[in-house]
Amino acid sequence: MTDTTQTGPVLAADGTPLKKSLARALRMQKLRALMLIAPLLLFVLITFLLPIADMLFRSVENNIVSDTLPNTVVALEDWDPNSGEAPGEEVFAALAVDLKAAAEAKTHTKVGTRLNYENPGISSLFRKAGRKVKKWDTEADGPFKEKFLEMDDAWGDIGVWQTIQTYSPKLTNGYFLNSVDLKKGNDGIEVRPENERIYIRLFIRTFIMSLIITGACIVLGYPVAWILANLPSRTANLLMILVLLPFWTSLLVRTSAWKVMLQQQGVINETLVWLGLVADDARLVMINNQFGTIVAMTHILLPFMILPMYSVMQTINPSYLRAAKSLGATNWTAFWRVYFPNSVPGIGAGSILVFILAIGYYITPELVGGTKGVFISNRIAFHISTSLNWGLAAALGTILLAVVLLLYWTYDKIVGIDNVKLG
Amino acid sequence: MTAPTGNDAFVEFERVQKSYDGETLVVKDLNLTMPKGEFLTMLGPSGSGKTTCLMMLAGFETATHGDIRLGGTSINNIPPHKRGIGMVFQNYALFPHMTIAENLSFPLEVRKMGKSEREEKVRRALDMVEMGAFGGRRPAQLSGGQQQRIALARALVFEPELVLMDEPLGALDKQLREKMQFEITHLAHRLGITVVYVTHDQTEALTMSDRVAVFNDGVIQQLAPPDVLYEEPANSFVAQFIGENNTLEGEVLEIKDGIAVVKLDDGELIDCKPVNVSKPGERTRVSIRPERVEYNKDRLQEGAHTLKAEVLEFIYMGDIFRTRLRVAGNDEFIIKTRNAPDQVRLQPGQQIEIGWLPEDCRALDA
Amino acid sequence: MKLSKLSVLVATTALCAPAAFAEEMANEMTLVSWGGAYQASQVKAYVEPYLEMNPGLKVIWDESSAEATAKMRAMAEAGNITWDLVDAVASDAMRMCDEGLIEEIDHDAVLAPAPDGTPPSEDFGELLVSDCFVPQIVYSTTFGYRTDLVGDTPPTSVCDVFDLEKYPGKRALQKRPIDNMEWALYCDGVAKDEIYDVLSTPEGVDRALAKLDTIKDQVVWWTAGAETPQLLADGEVVMGSTFNGRLFSAIAEQGQPIGMLWDMQSFDLDGWVVPAGLPADRKARVMDFLKFATDTQRLADQAKYISYGPARKSSAPLVGKHAELGIDMAPHMPTDPANATNVHVYDYEWWADNRDDLDAKFQAWLAK
Repeated sequence: MTDTTQTGPVLAADGTPLKKSLARALRMQKLRALMLIAPLLLFVLITFLLPIADMLFRSVENNIVSDTLPNTVVALEDWDPNSGEAPGEEVFAALAVDLKAAAEAKTHTKVGTRLNYENPGISSLFRKAGRKVKKWDTEADGPFKEKFLEMDDAWGDIGVWQTIQTYSPKLTNGYFLNSVDLKKGNDGIEVRPENERIYIRLFIRTFIMSLIITGACIVLGYPVAWILANLPSRTANLLMILVLLPFWTSLLVRTSAWKVMLQQQGVINETLVWLGLVADDARLVMINNQFGTIVAMTHILLPFMILPMYSVMQTINPSYLRAAKSLGATNWTAFWRVYFPNSVPGIGAGSILVFILAIGYYITPELVGGTKGVFISNRIAFHISTSLNWGLAAALGTILLAVVLLLYWTYDKIVGIDNVKLG
Repeated sequence: MTAPTGNDAFVEFERVQKSYDGETLVVKDLNLTMPKGEFLTMLGPSGSGKTTCLMMLAGFETATHGDIRLGGTSINNIPPHKRGIGMVFQNYALFPHMTIAENLSFPLEVRKMGKSEREEKVRRALDMVEMGAFGGRRPAQLSGGQQQRIALARALVFEPELVLMDEPLGALDKQLREKMQFEITHLAHRLGITVVYVTHDQTEALTMSDRVAVFNDGVIQQLAPPDVLYEEPANSFVAQFIGENNTLEGEVLEIKDGIAVVKLDDGELIDCKPVNVSKPGERTRVSIRPERVEYNKDRLQEGAHTLKAEVLEFIYMGDIFRTRLRVAGNDEFIIKTRNAPDQVRLQPGQQIEIGWLPEDCRALDA
Repeated sequence: MKLSKLSVLVATTALCAPAAFAEEMANEMTLVSWGGAYQASQVKAYVEPYLEMNPGLKVIWDESSAEATAKMRAMAEAGNITWDLVDAVASDAMRMCDEGLIEEIDHDAVLAPAPDGTPPSEDFGELLVSDCFVPQIVYSTTFGYRTDLVGDTPPTSVCDVFDLEKYPGKRALQKRPIDNMEWALYCDGVAKDEIYDVLSTPEGVDRALAKLDTIKDQVVWWTAGAETPQLLADGEVVMGSTFNGRLFSAIAEQGQPIGMLWDMQSFDLDGWVVPAGLPADRKARVMDFLKFATDTQRLADQAKYISYGPARKSSAPLVGKHAELGIDMAPHMPTDPANATNVHVYDYEWWADNRDDLDAKFQAWLAK
């Protein structure tokens, strides 16, 4: 009855609305909490988020062409790439001005390298041209078209000009197209020729093999985690050291150890031949292929599966199993209907951990993967450190990141992320 | 000496021993026979072997020696899931990933019962514990008392003849615990099931049980109905463990006509009922319940031995008065008196004389 | 009194300072190299002698040459160059030069002339493949084979690598198109001087890959130079390509049953590059060291410790014996006339243009 008469907000003792004074009290608390995490937040921002943002941006950034060849880019706007003819004198004159400035600033080879990713040969074209154009007088030495063609008739190649025109804008989707085996043609997006398609195949392989590795980790890790969780803590701690042992050995050493084990003249093959199970000339191929990668990576990632499973299993009350049995369930039913569902959060956490680590792995696949056992990350590493095509590496990395987030989201939708426990 | 077997022997322990480490016995030579429909409580301090006995009966522990029989057949080699015994656990052990209805349905499912029959039984079991509206919830959404009811319903839903309960009310607050004690006993009697109940709470044991087995040190010290246990403890452990108890130590002077004259250590003489003593000269521990001690001379019987006592402390407890005395050198001698209008309130420092009926004073083992 | 003396001192120091610093050389220098035996040969041949001449100098080593290009780019972007002199292979040097990451060097002005006065540009000759690059050594990528696994007729031609009937078993090849594509075309019947012309056409690429296809199942692909000697030593492969210095050490220093094939070996260069934009004092130090470390005697000395040929023509006659084994080093040099009868000359310019394109095709072929 009284509620109907009171329409205004509830007031605090000093007359301010209760909601407002509550918000004020909470804001102080939040501010204090924020101050406490501020150093970490700043650290994460600087060392993690900014580099990721930078990487994401690199995958579309393409300032170099318009910055290095500003006049050429403008002059090329009027040129019809489908005309079948190389651009006219004014474009070449603009190029001469741009190249002379670029050669003096030593940036002409940079833009050459950039365009060479799209059209092989441009790198040396620019390098050679820079050397010559440096000595030209851009006011008086015209006409330039002839001079360029005389220097290298590739300057008359329409393909070169099409490449320059296509990659004039400051932003490009070229790296992303490249990452999924497409390319920018004159008439829009084209599929790359069959003998250049690699990334889709590698993405699929990376995911399938990571799934297999995750599955192998579950199958091998579950019984271990179960034993650890059900042993007296003294023995469990001792066994835990064995589980953690791989963490204390260098990754390279462990991977090399697998080489020694698995290679054709290795320990396993020698033993099998000695036992007469395998003929000497039919030794098993267990390394430099997918099998080798799966074995080595399963071993390396197993602790990441066991630890979350173990910590979840430790919290499962042993009386659940007893209760199930007292209610008439056989050992298997009690396990499958009661224990297993309660251990799923551990499997989920371990699987997410192992899967995400697996798809980003590159050292182990590089060393034991041969040709069929390498991952997309090996290509990313290649483009970062060898080909220096950081734009492409960034695009590949961005796709990988996006797919991981997508999988995470799907997992959340299907299983629920609150069902993931790390301990 | 074999336990009697017959129609009334439903659960039997015969010469059962249990050892975990091969060096010490946790259960020493246990013999116990329970008729159908009995509510029996195993009571004892922790480590006394009562829970081990329950677990052996449930099948989660195997007896090192001896035979456990259910309905006349030995169940030593029958796995727990085939024993058909309902069990309520200390922490309820409700399956957290299942709803209440699924929890109850579980024992029926593993017995391959049809869906409609299952639903019917689950509904009835939930109604029985007045939780009919909670079938769709998860255990974590229920209070401790509600979870307790569900655990009970789950142990009963498949209609076992024997139900074991392992300190089922331990986690509840006092008020709720008392309420549940009555509910469980009523339910057990209504359904006519046989219950073995384990607790370390003697009040619980006394209020709920048909018979109580007091465990200590792996041995049943006394197996008797609650009133016998309280009023006629068989030895000083039971006397101490059940209810409040005053003890005085001394030596038996003579036993005559069912009365033992005991000379207390400070030289005074008292009359007692000999329980664990047989001949003069034996050391004995005399046990008297606080509410059986009388200090109003008018109410004492003619010729009864009395002892001098000094009032040390008077505690007002509402329904009763609790007075602490110094008696025969014992500073912890307690008497309890009803808060009646004519009741005297003793003052500290007051010198009084106390006495009791000889049958209320039991001369037990020292 | 005291005060005025001090202020005079401060004033004179301040006045002299700019002039003094221009001549000043930094007394710390970070060198980047490959580690292992190669870096050791550099230490012995010219870093230690240079340190004796410059007692105050401190040299810091960074064994990062394998990732030099990527790290150099990262440093340049961050604007914090911590390296002073970087050892790099010629193709990496060209890439860094194109990227503007390293200094152009006027070889005749910076480097020492030969003892007979020949200017460095002539003494190094065509080995000066880039304006930014000072070559130190000539190495070659060539094949080694297990002498005990090839029967009585050891391989004599690079095309024996493609002959699975005569030499069954696994082969180790580097996991990149460079060299492998050339060898494949050569053994498919393409004349040596036409290899790059053929490889410039899509059909030529297909042809090379088709040839490689014939042995693909039997190839173990390596990425680090140490792998092939190990694979040979383990008997995992019958033959495999690697750097000649690695094979020399497996044969001469470790006594492994390995033979070496001097046919169509691919010549390559390794040398110094100077990061662009060094402060004046550091640059002065580096140039001083560079002049010393690449003179005729120093390059000849290096060959005492490792079987790579000196990049100067004038050093060749000075090559002596191995510092510890005492064997004559000249016959183990890729530059020795007896070893260089049939040599594959690697085209830097062509690969700089086509590396990314061919690499994509090569990787796609590998993944198939």
